[in-house]
Amino acid sequence: MAKLHITTSINGEATEFLCEPHETLLDVLRNDLQMTGTKEGCGSGDCGACSVTVDGRLTCACLVLGVEAAGREIGTIEGIGGSDKLSVIQEKFLEHAALQCGICTPGLVVSTQALLEQNPNPTEAEARYFLAGNLCRCTGYDKIIRAVLDAAATMRGAA
Amino acid sequence: MSEAREFKYIGQSTIRPDGFDKVTGRANYGADLSLPGMIWGKILRSPHAHAMIKRLDTSRAEAFPGVLAVATHSDFPSVTDQAIESGEGSLTLLDLARNVLAKDKVLYHGHAVVAIAAKTSAIAEQALALIDIEYEVLKPVMDVREAMAAGAPILHPDMFTQGLAEKPTTASNVATRLEYKMGDIEAGFKDAEVVVEREFYTPTAHQGYIEPHACTVRYEKDGQSMIWCSTQGHFDVRASTAKLLGLDLGKLKVIASEIGGGFGGKTTVYLEPVALILSRKSGRPVKMIMDRDEVFKATGPGSATRSWVKIGARKDGTITAMQGRLAYEAGAFKGSPVMMGCMTAFTPYAVSNMYIEGFDVVVNKAKVAAYRAPGAPQAEFAVEMLVNELAVKLGRDPIDLRLQNAAKEGTQTIYGPKFKRVGLVECLEAARDSKHYQQALAANQGRGVAAGFWFNVGGQSSVHINMNPDGTGTIVEGSPDIGGSRASMQMMAAEAMGIEPGRLKPIIGDTENVAFSAGTGGSRTTFATGMAVIEAAEDVVAQMKQRAASMWNVTAEQVEWVDGVALNTAGEDRLSLAEICAGADRTGGQISGRGNINARGAGPSFAVHLCDVEVDKETGKVDVVRYTAVQDAGKAIHPKYVEGQYQGGAVQGIGWALNEEYIYGADGLLENAGFLDYRIPVASDLPMIDAIIVEVPNKFHPYGVRGVGESGIIPPLAAVGYAVENAIGVPVTDLPLSPPRVFNLIQGKG
Repeated sequence: MAKLHITTSINGEATEFLCEPHETLLDVLRNDLQMTGTKEGCGSGDCGACSVTVDGRLTCACLVLGVEAAGREIGTIEGIGGSDKLSVIQEKFLEHAALQCGICTPGLVVSTQALLEQNPNPTEAEARYFLAGNLCRCTGYDKIIRAVLDAAATMRGAA
Repeated sequence: MSEAREFKYIGQSTIRPDGFDKVTGRANYGADLSLPGMIWGKILRSPHAHAMIKRLDTSRAEAFPGVLAVATHSDFPSVTDQAIESGEGSLTLLDLARNVLAKDKVLYHGHAVVAIAAKTSAIAEQALALIDIEYEVLKPVMDVREAMAAGAPILHPDMFTQGLAEKPTTASNVATRLEYKMGDIEAGFKDAEVVVEREFYTPTAHQGYIEPHACTVRYEKDGQSMIWCSTQGHFDVRASTAKLLGLDLGKLKVIASEIGGGFGGKTTVYLEPVALILSRKSGRPVKMIMDRDEVFKATGPGSATRSWVKIGARKDGTITAMQGRLAYEAGAFKGSPVMMGCMTAFTPYAVSNMYIEGFDVVVNKAKVAAYRAPGAPQAEFAVEMLVNELAVKLGRDPIDLRLQNAAKEGTQTIYGPKFKRVGLVECLEAARDSKHYQQALAANQGRGVAAGFWFNVGGQSSVHINMNPDGTGTIVEGSPDIGGSRASMQMMAAEAMGIEPGRLKPIIGDTENVAFSAGTGGSRTTFATGMAVIEAAEDVVAQMKQRAASMWNVTAEQVEWVDGVALNTAGEDRLSLAEICAGADRTGGQISGRGNINARGAGPSFAVHLCDVEVDKETGKVDVVRYTAVQDAGKAIHPKYVEGQYQGGAVQGIGWALNEEYIYGADGLLENAGFLDYRIPVASDLPMIDAIIVEVPNKFHPYGVRGVGESGIIPPLAAVGYAVENAIGVPVTDLPLSPPRVFNLIQGKG
C-alpha cells in the first residue's frame, strides 16, 4: 500500500512524515519519528500512557490515525520542559516521588498539563477524575495527586 | 549495628538520579530500542483453551512477501527436564520451552504456537492468518475443584502427583501435595473453646504492569548475540535463553532496558528466546512487543486459589490451633506458589499447633508467574478473615487479639527457623494508635484489619564503583531499577563514602559489564544489592586511605576517613576524596571498589493494614473511604519511595479485593483480556493512602534495611474483605467483591 505524505506540527515544529493509512499517530511518533517518550500500554485507549494533545485537546495517540495529524498541532511529552530544565509539573512529580517504574509518567505529565490549563485550581476529587484515564500500577496514585495539587498551587503562585 | 546510629544521607527523600529521564520521556523501556535493518516478530496464539495440534503447516506464511523467518517449537534444540533459575517463579526447562512455543498440544487460550518475523508488523500480522493449523479441541479444566475431581480431563498424561505417601499409578492434574506441621493439631483444637472455619476463593488476577513485554534482539553469526528487554532479571533471561537455544552464557549479552512495572511477572521469558530464533533464521535484528491482549492471555497471572482454614482459641484469646488446606492453580504447567502460601499463612501468629497442606494444580490457564509476595496474599486472605471473625466471637478488639498472639523474636515458624527480631508488634501498635483507628465509622461503613508476613530474600549481587579523576563516580549494579532503587543505592554509597549522593551515578550494568546478580524480586534489591553497594563503597574508602597513606608516608591504619576526607592522625595533613582521585595516577592508577556478595540475613517485613469501606446497598458498589498501611522497613533509606511501596501494594491489593478477576466462558476462553474489562484501580476510585513506616532494624544489614516491596500486597485482601463483611453483616468468602457479588450477598443470594 502506498504511503501517505503528511504535513503537521509537532511541539511547534513543522514536521513531515510518510505513513501507512492504518498506522496510528502513536506508531508514527514512536516508530517513524523515533519519539519514544509517548508510551504504549494497551493500544485501545484504556491506559493513557500515550497521552498527547491534538490541537490542544488531550487524546490517546493510539486512538488517532497518523493521517489525522495532517494540519494539526500535536503536543507530546518531548515538548514539555526544556532540554536542560523541567516544567513545574515534572519537578513536582520528582519531588513527591510520584513515579516508581515511570512508564505512565510521560502520559500523566501531559494529562496534568492539560488539566491545569483547563482548571488551574483543581480539588483533589477533580484531579482524581480528570486523571482517571491514566493508569498507574505502582504508586496507588497518592503521591501523583499530591504532586499535581502542589504543581497547581506553585503555578498559581508563580502566575 | 547500633540502633542509635545517625545518618548523614540515609533517611532523606532525595530526587532520584534517573528522574529527569523518566519525567521527560527520555528513559528507554523495552519497546523503545530500534536497530538498523530491524524486522518485527508476531506470535500466532491458540484460539482454544485445551486442544491437540493435529496438523501445522507454515508454508503459505513462509512464502508470503516480506516474511523473513518462521519459528515453531521444533526450532528448540532438544531440551532436557531440568530446573532453571527464574526469579521467584519455578518452571522446568522442558515446560518453559513448551510455554514459549507449544509442542503438540495447546494448554490455554493465547498459548503461543508459531512466531513470524516480517519487514513490518502489519505484514507479520497478515502472515499469521496464512498458517494452516488444525486442532482437536479438548474439554478444558478451569478450576482446582474440576482439576482435582476423579475423571477430570488430564493436561499432562506424564504428570504424577509428587509428595503422596504411596506413589500414584495414574496421571493427575495435581503436580504436588505438600504439608507443614508443628505441635499437635488435634490437641490444639481440643484445647479450643471457640472455633471458626470457612472456605474461601480468590480469582485469577494479573500483575497489571502498564508496560507490555517487549524486546529487541540481534543474533550474530559468530554467536555473539544481544537481547535488549524489559525484565526484572537480565541474568535470568540470559540463563533461560541460553539454555533453550544451547548457547554459552558468555556469548549472550542481555541488556536490561528501563522496566515499566513487573511485580514478579517479568521474572521469566516469553518473547526473548523466540525473537532470537527469528533473528538467527532471518539474519536481521528482531523486535517483538506484546499487545495488551497477549499480556493478559499469555503472561503473568497470579494463582486463583481455593482454601479452607480453621482456627481454634480459648476464651482468653489464646489461639491454640490453626489448620488449613490450600489448593493453588499453577496454570498450564506445574509450579504455583502454594508452598509459599503454606509457609506464610499462619506465620504472623505464635501458635503451638499448626497444620497446613497444599496442592499445586494445573488448569487450562496461562502458567502463573510470581506476583508480589507470591502465594501469600491468597493464604492470608483466608486466615485474616477468620481472625477478624474470631475477635468478634471472643468480644475482643481485632488488633488487641492479634497483639496477644503476635509472632515476635524467638517465635518458632512453621517452615523452620525461629524469628530473629521482627516488627509485627510495633506495626500492630502503630495501627492501633493511628488516628484512623480512633475514627468512628459512619452509616453503611465497615472496617477491616489484617496483617501480612513476607520472608524477603537475599542472594547474589555484584557491584563495582568506578571513581573518576574529578572525584565523581559510577555505581555499576546488576539489579534492574523498577521503583527508584537507584536512589537508594546512591544514598547508601554516599553514606559509606561520606560524599554527596549527587557525585555518584548509579547505573544498571548489562550481563557483560557487571558480574551475576539475581533479579529484582523477593524485595531483595535495597537489602542485598544495597549490601554489595556498601561493600564496594567501603572498598573504595579503604583504597582511598591507602593512597593517602602512601602520599604521606604513613600506614593506612594511621589514616582516618571522616566525611569524605582522609585525615593523617600522625600529623595535620588532609586530603579530600576528590584530591585523592585527582592524584590517583601518581599513587597506582585509578580507583574502583568491588562488592560481590551472597547476602544472607534478609529481615522479614510485617505489614498491618486498616481499611474503611462504604457500601452502596442498592447497587453493591464498595468505596474505600479511608486506608492506612503500616509496615516495618527496618530502616527506610528513601522514605518517600518506601511509602510508595506501601501505597502501591495496598492499591494493587484493593484492586484484587474489589474488581480484578479473569472471566472465562464455558469454553475456557478469556473474555476480559483488556484494561477496559479487567479493571485495575484508577485515581478516582481511591482516597489518599496513609503510610506509616515502622523501623525495627535488621541487624544483618549495615544500615538495618528490610525489604519493603512485597508485604504491602498481603493484608489488603482481608482488610477490604472484612471491611465489607463488617459493613453488610454477611460473611464474605469469595473475591472479588465486585458490585454484583456484594449486591447478591446483601440480598441473601451469596
